[in-house]
Amino acid sequence: MRYENLLDSLGHTPLVGLPRLSPSDDVRLWAKLEDRNPTGSVKDRAAFFMVAQAEKEGLLSPGATIIEPTSGNTGISLAMVAKLRGYRLIVVMPENTSEERRQLLRMYGAEIIGSPAAGGSNEAVRVAKRIAAEHPDWVMLYQYGNEANARAHYETTGPEILNDLPEITHFVAGLGTTGTLMGAGRYLREHKPGVKIVAAEPRYGELVYGLRNVDEGFVPELYDPTVLTTRFSVSSADALRRTRELIAAEGIFAGISAGAALHAGLAMAAKAVTEQEQADIVVLIADGGWKYLSTGAYDGTLDEAEDRLEGQLWA
Amino acid sequence: MAIEVRIPTILRTYTDGAKQVEGHGSTLGELLIDLDRKHGGLRERLVDDGGLRRFVNVYLNDEDVRFLAGLDTPVKDGDTVTVLPAVAGGGM
Repeated sequence: MRYENLLDSLGHTPLVGLPRLSPSDDVRLWAKLEDRNPTGSVKDRAAFFMVAQAEKEGLLSPGATIIEPTSGNTGISLAMVAKLRGYRLIVVMPENTSEERRQLLRMYGAEIIGSPAAGGSNEAVRVAKRIAAEHPDWVMLYQYGNEANARAHYETTGPEILNDLPEITHFVAGLGTTGTLMGAGRYLREHKPGVKIVAAEPRYGELVYGLRNVDEGFVPELYDPTVLTTRFSVSSADALRRTRELIAAEGIFAGISAGAALHAGLAMAAKAVTEQEQADIVVLIADGGWKYLSTGAYDGTLDEAEDRLEGQLWA
Repeated sequence: MAIEVRIPTILRTYTDGAKQVEGHGSTLGELLIDLDRKHGGLRERLVDDGGLRRFVNVYLNDEDVRFLAGLDTPVKDGDTVTVLPAVAGGGM
């Protein structure tokens, strides 16, 4: 397929069957391979839509500075879009994110401001908001509350899936900014009555939650629970195990959040089998495994990998 | 048998530092009342007039109870309940 430039090649990712992980011919799993985007993750969609929207609103002029809290993929996607559109990018990211991501960001010309590992992404959001307030001329796209993030999935991811699989019964994706689930979920609900929208939320080690007071938690502004059918908390151990099953059974080398989504997808598949219902379950593979190699997620036993992952943000 | 409840670090001041505690009840609401007898003050950190507090997430066997029946969600011996603060995790 031919495109005029890299940004034009965004989306239109493959939807591939998972015959070995599917329990039967009546209950089938499908993988939406979002690693086949320009920088290798689903976040390219949101980054492009958020920048395009800011341009439309006149917030970004040539040479403008964008600041964003992100633990990785959104930063990398924004760095690519910013590079191609001529903006400076500063990302605020927790110090417990992988080295590959830092190298990629620097390679794209982004500047990195670290936020304390303890407190995870909540802390990155807080730091970014503070810095943005000190620099009124900088633009924070703020993926957690930017409607263009969800709209990217309403206008692209959702229609692509329904077009490829009109018989879809479940859509399962990781829950972070909630943009993917809100956007694609809304589209699918509007066009496919009865479809189930399932969130797989990463459950991290204690360090990430450790210092969080329950009174000062964080719920993304984009989040609308009425879009979801249900929401699972997936442990690092389960996410890792499923990530490895994706490679072993289906040859798909995915990031760890894909394993979390697969875990929830398999739970829905098991339920469909028990209830003797037909199901076509789409699991969103947010990215490939490359950026997580240094976490040790793919090396040694599962227990070893889980120990190494403790305290790291893997989605 | 009992219901196992995993407690986040920040709330372990109510459980003498215990990572997990056990309780009884036929619903999540009853379970939290039972826990509060042994761990006074814990329930108030999780529940207010309107139900579960906004930044508290409670999972029954990994499923968010807000999508089940909230405090009325039936629980039984052998279940695992996990309490976590809401964080900006994932999908970044």
